[in-house]
Amino acid sequence: MNTFDWVTQLLYVSSAVCFVLGLHLMNSPASARRGNQVSTAGMALAIATTLALVVHAGTITATGWAVMIAGTLVGSGAGLYMARTVQMTAMPQLVSLFNAVGGGAAALVAINDYVRLAGANAGVPEVTTITTILDVLIGAVTFSGSIIAAGKLQGLINGAPVTFPGSRAVNIGAAVAGVGGGIYMIATPSVPVMIIIILAALTFGVTMVMPIGGADMPVVISLLNAFTGTAVAMAGFVIGNWALIIAGALVGASGSILTKLMADAMNRSLSNIMIGGFGTGDSAPAAVGPGGDVRSVQADDAAIQLAYAQKVIIVPGYGLAAAQAQHQVAELAALLEERGIEVSYAIHPVAGRMPGHMNVLLAEANVPYPQLKEMEEINPEFPRADVALVIGANDVTNPAARRPGTAISGMPILDVDQAKSIIVIKRSMGHGYAGIDNELYFDPKTSMLFADAKSALTDLIASVKTLVG
Amino acid sequence: MSTELLTDITVFVLALLVGFEVISKVPATLHTPLMSAANSIHGIILAGAMLIAVTANNALGYILAFVAAAFAAMNVVGGYVVTGRMLKMFRRTRTPVSAPDTPAAVNGQSSGGRA
Repeated sequence: MNTFDWVTQLLYVSSAVCFVLGLHLMNSPASARRGNQVSTAGMALAIATTLALVVHAGTITATGWAVMIAGTLVGSGAGLYMARTVQMTAMPQLVSLFNAVGGGAAALVAINDYVRLAGANAGVPEVTTITTILDVLIGAVTFSGSIIAAGKLQGLINGAPVTFPGSRAVNIGAAVAGVGGGIYMIATPSVPVMIIIILAALTFGVTMVMPIGGADMPVVISLLNAFTGTAVAMAGFVIGNWALIIAGALVGASGSILTKLMADAMNRSLSNIMIGGFGTGDSAPAAVGPGGDVRSVQADDAAIQLAYAQKVIIVPGYGLAAAQAQHQVAELAALLEERGIEVSYAIHPVAGRMPGHMNVLLAEANVPYPQLKEMEEINPEFPRADVALVIGANDVTNPAARRPGTAISGMPILDVDQAKSIIVIKRSMGHGYAGIDNELYFDPKTSMLFADAKSALTDLIASVKTLVG
Repeated sequence: MSTELLTDITVFVLALLVGFEVISKVPATLHTPLMSAANSIHGIILAGAMLIAVTANNALGYILAFVAAAFAAMNVVGGYVVTGRMLKMFRRTRTPVSAPDTPAAVNGQSSGGRA
């Protein structure tokens, strides 16, 4: 190793240190912004180091420079535009899209390396073949799978589980072709076979995500995130670059942790989700007649209840975001706070379409983050709450989960039923994702405010202002 | 089996462990920015894409280099900008400029936070 190699390796290690520090600083909202800056600095260092490597190698052609610079500029421009214009509700699609391009780029790096080595006389070393196959398989699955996931989230593709006759067979066939082709390639290096496994992996990505319903998306996005990280790490193995290996491993770890957290929060195993959901939380629930005694309430009465409470816990669900009503919630909360009422938000881990999505939506609506409480933190506080205001959340508040024998048994829930009184804003008595009645609605302490989230909140705000203002 | 591969595997495994350790301490409140930040970190593949260009000398190589660079650059730039934009919105106290009637004011700049 000469001095140049030493220095570049050390610079790569420094950038990896920045990535770890950056992630470490995200352990609190107060330091998270600095974390992102540290991570950005690490990335700038890694890119600058690579640029030095490119110049030092000296083999790059003029066309090579042009292609590299043009590609980087085009990609940066597109990324910048999307990052600046995206609505916070559309964040899951964007993250999914970035997963796709990251996984795709990782696969391309390995494909290029393999084609180059296969063309040379020395042949492809076995180790390179294995890591290339892993990179190509994971990268291509991530690419097509993430695009389908983004399409579903954006509403371009039916969000409900989509299956067609024989889809399972296509899925298994693609998996067999990918793995089988990979094993063949280890024995006999072959570019055409690699093209076959690329196509097989792309097909597998599509058939893997199509049958998964909208409400399972937090798990899918986390899983694809872990895949992208692994693909990048494999690309690092292929081209022998530690920065890629370390960064890929960090992302792989992050994606795996989030996947497990999300699956646990839904009380479903990963395999259960991947095999196909039992519906989707997206479609407007059909109005079902109330089965039991349900107390309905008008906005005026609900407003009085809220205005004379001492402690209010707001329980937002995806329905809130779907109705774009997070700003109204924040306004109502601010109004109540002015009256000296203690307001906090109880956030279930799967509220939203990606991990932590609801927190971002509320932060955008100017809700201070100390009010955003995680499930473990807020559950002991419900018995002290005078009013729990449930908006757009359903299954995660259903006390039936505590009993065995229901569709959601064992799922961790918010202990909304422990509050002194409960107001539920809901369009109808329709079912949630799990397709079962929510026993909370039949609780004598519960009053239902039947309305669309946005108009109900607007009414509540107006009533609080006029009645007690 | 080369020593190089062994070193690579060691680095990979240790980085995974560090990742698990660091990321398990991130609060659920920040999980979306965390995922977005992890997203930007895998944009490091831009380094790999740039190295393709070093050896590219035919049409296929150039096309692969261009697409890989475009994909990776989109990943890295978009990831960091959007993470920054989200984190800017997390504030300890309510800012007086609450404009609940204009929720769509996210067009311009990374000023989505209106800090």
